[in-house]
Amino acid sequence: MSKTNLTRRGVLKTSAIAGAGLAVPTIFTASSASAFTNEPMGSTVTLGFNVPQSGPYADEGADELRAYELAVEHLNGGGDGGMMNTFSSKELQGNGILGKKVEYVTGDTQTKSDAARASAKSMIEKDGAIMITGGSSSGVAVAVQALCQEAGVIFMAGLTHSNDTTGKDRKANGFRHFFNSYMSGAALAPVLAAEYGTDRKAYHLTADYNWGYTTEEAVRASTEALGWETVNAVKTPLTATDFSAYITPVLQSGADTLVLNHYGGNMVNSLTNAVQFGLRDKQVNGKDFQIVVPLYSRLMARGAGANVKGIFGSTNWHWSLQDEGSKAFVKSFGEKYGFPPSQAAHTTYVQTLLYADAVQRAGSFAPCAVAEALEDYEFDGLGNGPTLYRADDHQCFKDVLVVKGKENPQSEFDLLEIVEVTPVEQVTYPPDHPQMGGADATLGTCNNGA
Amino acid sequence: MEAIILQILNGLDKGSAYALIALGLTLIFGTLGVVNFAHGALFMIGAFCAVTLSRILTASRTVIDETKTDFLGNPLKVDVPHVYDWFGEAAGATIIDWAVPLSILFAIPVMMLIGLIMERGLIKHFYSRPHADQILVTFGLAIVLQEIIKYFYGANPIPTPAPDAFRGSFDFGAALGFDPNVIIYPYWRLVYFAFAAVIIGAVFAFLQFTTFGMVVRAGMADRETVGLLGIDIDKRFTLMFGLAAAVAGLAGVMYAPINSPNYHMGMDFLVLSFVVVVVGGMGSLPGAVAAGFLLGILESFASMGAVLEVLPGINQIIIYLVAIIILLTRPRGLMGRKGVMEE
Repeated sequence: MSKTNLTRRGVLKTSAIAGAGLAVPTIFTASSASAFTNEPMGSTVTLGFNVPQSGPYADEGADELRAYELAVEHLNGGGDGGMMNTFSSKELQGNGILGKKVEYVTGDTQTKSDAARASAKSMIEKDGAIMITGGSSSGVAVAVQALCQEAGVIFMAGLTHSNDTTGKDRKANGFRHFFNSYMSGAALAPVLAAEYGTDRKAYHLTADYNWGYTTEEAVRASTEALGWETVNAVKTPLTATDFSAYITPVLQSGADTLVLNHYGGNMVNSLTNAVQFGLRDKQVNGKDFQIVVPLYSRLMARGAGANVKGIFGSTNWHWSLQDEGSKAFVKSFGEKYGFPPSQAAHTTYVQTLLYADAVQRAGSFAPCAVAEALEDYEFDGLGNGPTLYRADDHQCFKDVLVVKGKENPQSEFDLLEIVEVTPVEQVTYPPDHPQMGGADATLGTCNNGA
Repeated sequence: MEAIILQILNGLDKGSAYALIALGLTLIFGTLGVVNFAHGALFMIGAFCAVTLSRILTASRTVIDETKTDFLGNPLKVDVPHVYDWFGEAAGATIIDWAVPLSILFAIPVMMLIGLIMERGLIKHFYSRPHADQILVTFGLAIVLQEIIKYFYGANPIPTPAPDAFRGSFDFGAALGFDPNVIIYPYWRLVYFAFAAVIIGAVFAFLQFTTFGMVVRAGMADRETVGLLGIDIDKRFTLMFGLAAAVAGLAGVMYAPINSPNYHMGMDFLVLSFVVVVVGGMGSLPGAVAAGFLLGILESFASMGAVLEVLPGINQIIIYLVAIIILLTRPRGLMGRKGVMEE
């Protein structure tokens, strides 16, 4: 009598082999020339970079595109190889992916879901892109991820911070390296409690869309757990430019801390307004009034100018990190473009290398094979320390940076200082966490397309 | 009570911007009969005049500081603004600090010129065309101007601070006998309101008390007769277009420290300014100003927490709601004249 030991992976492997076996009779017939969507037949493979090239996040999109171009250069053996030299996996040889030269097409998401879907669709159907990556907004990322799932291509998310991307809207064909709202809250709260005490009354201003909600929820949950009280949370329209009408009620609310769940131009304007109204010079409940920005970006810190000084937030990566991977990336990016990369550039570069490496290890471009290679994959040397691509929700788990606006910047890039590197254990959550869609959230099954 | 005073103050500076833009729109509509959808872009370009002047003032030569290193480990390049060389470090720093107010002088000729080029180069050719064509061409022009600004200045907002002297805020609460620290208002916003009042007053005085203004008003009332009297009214109307552009530009210059300028800021104001013009009454200058402040203040009130609790989302539609009500009860707007756009 033999003991059967069924594991998920085992079943997947067996069914993959069985599936391949069943497919053999047809695989050589002309009518089914490709086994999956956009199977690369020639000597090249095409990646689709879908970033905001116009609209309010165009500067971030431009930085993402620079990073993609750098990654392609390194994959094809050009430049100094960047983080390929520090990456724990040594599969990538600088001869493209599986020996095929990497080419790319770009699309403009305009930071609008419908435009992003249209450009992704065109890259898949017309240009034959085997993988889509990019984004600088969670609304866009969720929409494009769903499209890639249907089309049967892999989606490697760029800058998207909403819990939903790998929470309730997670997809089997989608993967996210960037951190999320939950992680920001879990990393920030202890630092805030240590700096500002556990007896604080917080007032939230929240951007009125998907990302704003999950960020507010995450920061509230983790600060309230440490004793903070939330006195009010007000949603602000995404199109708002002058936040004075939302800032002034804060003065009368009895709150001593303002949390700005804003990103992009919203964050720049609301923070600038809050500082103009003298919130930071005020004393409430016998304490100095404080402002917190859960998600920081250096490009946006630059927009807010001197107003960011001393304000806490979290970030996925910062160019001043001193690990070998970050140093290698900053060097090759800095030498090519003349300034340090943003966190958006970092995550998109890393995602491209991770995809290429997964294909290499899987020995196939088939989305399901690539997905399997990425699932529960542990790696290091890409700037965030040891990292796990969790199989349950396709989210990367790694250390999170808590940062603060620098008091005495040395240069126009030197705007944030790292206060704490929050260890990964502290930001890890179960895959069925309520903020992540609970038990109902599922990846579905991976789709190879046709 | 404190909350109400604060929201009125809040409405004043926003209302000032609406009023200035709407004033320019009405001037153009009243004189040239053109609905200028590029007017928001002129406001935006005004703000970028402030950005440009501060860039010019901080134009620097590079000095290599061997004692420090940059992010790649190379010797640090330090920028020394040329104005430091010319005026000394202290005076130079003051000049850079006052870049925004100085931009007023810079913006007036630039904006007049842009206005004249716009009118002579493009809009002139659309006088006899239907309003729909004018709207399309000016809207297209606005997009072109936006993209040009984005090409040169990027998409992210550019911080353009007010002079240090105006940093901080005024405590109305203490001055009016309320608790201190409750009704505070940034100095620069007060400056903006005062500035808007001066500009609006100056435009009215110019139209009311100068011969040029009298001719323009006569032309607005009856263009044909003024023409028959041998006056080249077109030339004067072209100048009025330049003036309207300058007004929008100045509104933008002074707004730059309130919200960091970005290429899109004009569009954010444009649509609301049109509502302001319609509510105020097409072609009525006092109507535009009154409606600007009225809608600015109403918008502020609608954003109050207490109001939002009762009527969630009201802050986003209040202006349009009020516009509908006013147009239903007074179809010509608050101070609209008979016969405008009614032929």
